[in-house]
This record gives sequence, C-alpha cells and structure tokens, in this order.
Amino acid sequence: MQSKCENCPVYNEAHLKKLGIKMDNFDYVVALAGNPNTGKSTVFNSLTGLKQHTGNWPGKTVTRAEGGFEYNNKFYKLVDLPGTYSLLSTSADEEVARNFILFGKPNVTVVVVDATRLERNLNLVLQVLEITDKTVVCLNLVDEAERRGVHIDEKRLAKELGVPVVATIAREKQGINNLLAAIEEVALGRYKGRPKKIKALDPKISKALDKLIEVLKEEFPDTPNLRWVAMRLLEGDQSIIDAVNSGELSSLTIKDKLTVNNELI
Amino acid sequence: MKNKDKIIAAVNNLRWEMGENFHDSLMESLYTEASEIANKSIVLQDRKSKFDLDRFIDRIVTSKIWGFPLMFLILSLVLWVTIEGSNYPSQWLSYLLLDTVHPVLKSFSADIGLVWWLDGLLIDGAYLAMAWVISVMLPPMAIFFPIFTLLEDLGYLPRVAFNLDRFFKAAGAHGKQALTMSMGFGCNAAGVVAARIIDSPRERLIAIITNNFSLCNGRWPTQILIATIFIGALVPSEIAGMAAALSVVAVALLGIVLSLLVSWFLSKSVLKGEASTFTLELPPYRPPRVLQTLYTSLIDRTLIVLWRAIVFAIPAGLVIWSISNISLNDLSLAEHFIFAVDPVAIFIGLNGVIILAYVIAIPANEIVIPTILMLTVLTTGLAELGQGTGVMFEMDSLQDTASILTAGGWTVLTGINVMLFSLIHNPCSTTIYTIYKETGSMKWTIVSAILPLVMGFFVCFVVTQLWRIFS
Repeated sequence: MQSKCENCPVYNEAHLKKLGIKMDNFDYVVALAGNPNTGKSTVFNSLTGLKQHTGNWPGKTVTRAEGGFEYNNKFYKLVDLPGTYSLLSTSADEEVARNFILFGKPNVTVVVVDATRLERNLNLVLQVLEITDKTVVCLNLVDEAERRGVHIDEKRLAKELGVPVVATIAREKQGINNLLAAIEEVALGRYKGRPKKIKALDPKISKALDKLIEVLKEEFPDTPNLRWVAMRLLEGDQSIIDAVNSGELSSLTIKDKLTVNNELI
Repeated sequence: MKNKDKIIAAVNNLRWEMGENFHDSLMESLYTEASEIANKSIVLQDRKSKFDLDRFIDRIVTSKIWGFPLMFLILSLVLWVTIEGSNYPSQWLSYLLLDTVHPVLKSFSADIGLVWWLDGLLIDGAYLAMAWVISVMLPPMAIFFPIFTLLEDLGYLPRVAFNLDRFFKAAGAHGKQALTMSMGFGCNAAGVVAARIIDSPRERLIAIITNNFSLCNGRWPTQILIATIFIGALVPSEIAGMAAALSVVAVALLGIVLSLLVSWFLSKSVLKGEASTFTLELPPYRPPRVLQTLYTSLIDRTLIVLWRAIVFAIPAGLVIWSISNISLNDLSLAEHFIFAVDPVAIFIGLNGVIILAYVIAIPANEIVIPTILMLTVLTTGLAELGQGTGVMFEMDSLQDTASILTAGGWTVLTGINVMLFSLIHNPCSTTIYTIYKETGSMKWTIVSAILPLVMGFFVCFVVTQLWRIFS
C-alpha cells in the first residue's frame, strides 16, 4: 500500500508542513466530512499537527474545528465537520456539515469512510457527490477491515465513484501522503473523473427533476449543483426554499468568497 | 422575482404530481446505488470463523443481567482509585502552597509594609483561594480524567448509552441523551453543547435542561470530600474509602434517576411528544493509545478545567475576604446574610453558611468547600483555628476540616444534605450562559436554572423531615 519513505519524518517534512491554527492566508479550503466515528478527527490531527481530542464514540465533534497545513508550497485550511450519516435530515450538526459543503464552497471535500462499514458510509459519499464534484474519498480503518477479512479494491471503488479513493490507517499515520497528493490533484483541478450521480429509480421522479432543473436554470444559471437543489426542493426542505427566496442560492456561484452560516442556531 | 415565484409554483406542482413517496423512492435509489458499489469493490477474503472478541465483550457489557452491575462496578472502581490515589498528592500540594508559600508571602508583605487590607485581600483572599483550589482539585482531576478518557477511547460510552436507552425512551426522551449525560459527568456546559447531536428540538431541550443532574467535575471533589468525612466515618477505617466511594456512586446514580424523572415529567407536560427512534452504532473496541490519552486528557481537560477553577477562585477569594471584613452595625456583610437565611436553611437541614457559599460559588462549584469552611470559622468564633477573618481554609488533614464543620453545627444529616444539594441545585454560571447560547431562549434558560434549585431545596427538606422522624 505504501513505501517505507512515507513513515520517515524527513520525507514527510519536505512536503507537509503542519501549521496548526495558523491559517491566515490560505490558497484552498478543504472540508472533512464523514459518518460519526470514522476517524475524521484523527485525520484532522495528523494533517494539521493539532491535538483535537479524539474519542471512540459517535458525536464527538459537534462544531467545526479548523486548522491549517502547507503542502508543496500551497496553504490549505482544513475544516473538520461534525460526523453525520446523511445530509438530508435537519439536526443541528447535520446542518453545520451540509451548510459548509454547500455554502462554504470548499475547494476539496474529503469524505472519511469507515472501510469496515463501506455500504452505509457510501450513502453519505453519494450525497456529497450530489453537492460537489471536488471530492476525495479517504478510505480509513483499512487495517480493521482486513482483520475482519474485508478487503476493498480502492481502484475499483475510485472508478465506480468517479473520484480519488485513498486507503489510510490514520491512527498509524499511514496513507496520509497519498491523501495529500489526492487533495492537491483535486484542488488544482488536475483530477479528471466523472463523479457518480444518483440515478432515480422511478422514471416519474427523474422527469420531475429534469423539469425543475430547467426552471431553476433560468434564475440561477451559474449554480453548479442544481440537481441537488431540485431534489431538496421536491422534498420540501424549508432551508433550501428560503435560500431560493432570499436569493442566497445565487451566492453559491461566487467562487472566492467564503459565506458560511457559522452559527448553529 | 417572478422567476422565484415560478420556481416555488413549479415545486408545488411537481410535488403534487409525484405524490408522497418521493423521499422514500429517492432513499431507495440511494441505498441501491450504495450497495451496488460496495458489492463491486469489496473483495471478501477467506473468512476463518475467528472468535469475535468485540461481540463477546458486547454480549456481556450490554447484557440485561450484567450490563448495570458492570457499569456500577466500573464507576465505583474509578471513584475508589480517585479517592485513594488523590489523598497524598493533595496533602503534599497543600503543604507546599499553604503551609510553605503562604507564610513566605505574608512575611514578604510585612517586610515591604503592605497596607493591612491589601495584604488581606491579595494574600488571604485571592492567593489562598487559588492555592486551595489547586491542592484539592488537581489530584482527583489528574487521576479521574485520564481514566475516564481511557474508557471513552476504548468505546465504553456508547455501551452505557445502549444500556440506558430504554429508560430514556420510557421517559419520552431521546436515547442519545445518555451520551450527552455522560459528557455532563465531565462538564455540564460541554454536555449542553453535545445535545446538538439530538435532532428533535423537543428532545434536545429536555437533554439540555436535565444535564445539570450529571455530577460535573466541579462537584466530584465536593462529593468525595464530604463523603470521606461524614460517610467514611460511619464505618471502620479499613473500609472507609470504599464506603465513601459507594456513597458518591449512589449520588451519581440518583442524578441519573432524577435526570430520567425530570425528562419524563417534561415530556408529559410542557414538552409533550413521542420519543424518536435512532440508530446507535456500537463502535469497535479500539485499544487506547495510553500515552497520547494521558497527554490529551492532561492538557485538554485537566489543565483547562483547573485553569477555569483558578480564574474563578481568585475573584471569589477577593469577595469572601471583603464581605467578611466590611462591617455594618458591628456585623460583617457575610454574617448579616447568614443570620438572615439561617432559620429557613436550618429548617431544611442546611445552614446559612452553606447557602451563602453556594451563592458565592455560582461561577464555579469547585470553590464551595473552601468558602463553607471559611464562613463557618467566621460565624462560630473559631478564629484561633483560622489565620484571620476571611482566610480560606487549607486541609492539612481531614480531621481539621471535620472538627471545623462539627463546630459549625454539622451532623451526618448536614453532610448528606450538602451532598444532595451539591447534586441538585442550579448549574454554574458558565453552564447557564451556554444554555442561553444553545437555546436562544431566556425562558428555558430560567427554567433550567430555577427548576433544579427548587428541587434541591425540596429534596433536602424531605430528607430532613424523614431523618428527624426516624432518629
């Protein structure tokens, strides 16, 4: 899975500089999403050098934590989002995660996936892919999966999802360099893939979606994730209906500005 | 503008056309897709039918028979280790900070001719308050927190939540409240923030209001100390530590019971509704990395909590010294207050000193005991025991503390009532502020502060009446 060099501090230092909470001038924003208890905070700590307390129970991080790192002379701001099973429901922590991916417009969204529970974790990955193409899947806890006799073909998974997939053991700091390389590729727009979009099983629904996307395009021609917006509207998601009414949706097209709904309530 | 109306109209039309199963159908598509992708990329290796240790442990710790006794045992053990282990370091610290540094400071201030009131305010007020908090708080925290964090890293907390889930459900509350409650055992403010993991606003509010019934780390030392003096003294000295630990466990369990009762009451009255279902994942047991855990729990928890205690103890020390030294009609302000509330306080089994100490300690529960000791000396004229009016007391030995409290008219009943009142009273100001920030509602903030206070007085009253009838 990796070369010996990777665990050598000399090698790492040349490429990765952990900046802790120093992140005044950054080139890219990276969001860290994932199901609860998949090791997001561990990944966060190993990238930023911060010591956010990690705990073995779901729901450890309810607010976002931020840190920074430098990789190949580019500055990255890393935002650790609360762990969520989906981006659909309306609890406060899920909203923090969703609003950040949607309104915060991170340059890259890393979804940390528990390799021992791939199927359920993929639900979230697919939802993130609906919102943003600039996604990297961090397949964490592969050692635990191997111990249970589960081996995951990362290349195949990457092909299926249309985004980079990196196997890691964050606790042991293994695979972190590959993860950094993948983040860089996506941030710089070098990765060319075709991110998977959910196929609606019911033809009635896909027709309704197409119709609504047409209408939405007239008002918000530059918003990239209209398909997702349409889905949420058809579900009657009040916060998205409000965003349409207030024109906030069009702010999604402004590239460089960070407009985050920071507060929870 | 027109376009927006058009969008909303189109949405409404389409929703009408599609009927109700949009969400379900979409979810089905999502799950199907996820499962197809997972199946394609998972390569199952040959599975040796290996003994699954996680399952085996889970079957015991979440079993209907063994689940609760084990929880009880683990909590007792952790507390017992904390009580026994913090005894000596506490004594060393108090020897250093109180018996050694304090006299040095006093003679230094005499040498430079500091005005008496500045000397009293700074050295007997602020410094002693800080020194006392360090010597009493640091040892138990430095033992309790790392052990608690190890349990957390191991993955035990979700099992506790699993065991308690059905009780919370029966109380009409969210099962995840068991998790926020566990967080509250560390710090109530943290527990209140953790309630964000609960989806429904109703259940989240219940979790916030009842979090106060989780003994927080500001109150564990109070419980441990009073239990050691009054409960430990009831049994032979070989088992005193164990008896004290068990009584603290009993108080903590009472907190859980009250948490459930109040949740039940709220969900049957003002916060009516059904408990929502949720999936609680039992994470795999992971061997904790001991060194890193020690490091983070010392830095993240112990030092931060200690720092907070010091920050609050210094102004409290200033206040205590001032109200004991500013007189009005020959009585100090403190005495005025104490004598005024004494009749009511004694009626419910407490005394005016305890009430005043709790008022002064609203910013931080940590400083309740030193405040009580100082005020007791003041009102009983035990001045020769103390080092002057308004000096926070050190605990050279438990015997000294015990004799001061007995001189202040304390009995076993007072000890028990203080333990109960320490569990059931208003949350500290940080928690109250956090509740306000989290709920955004003045009304619910006031309810969360007043409800436990009233309950605390009521419980002490009932216990006192029963005690007087049966003894």
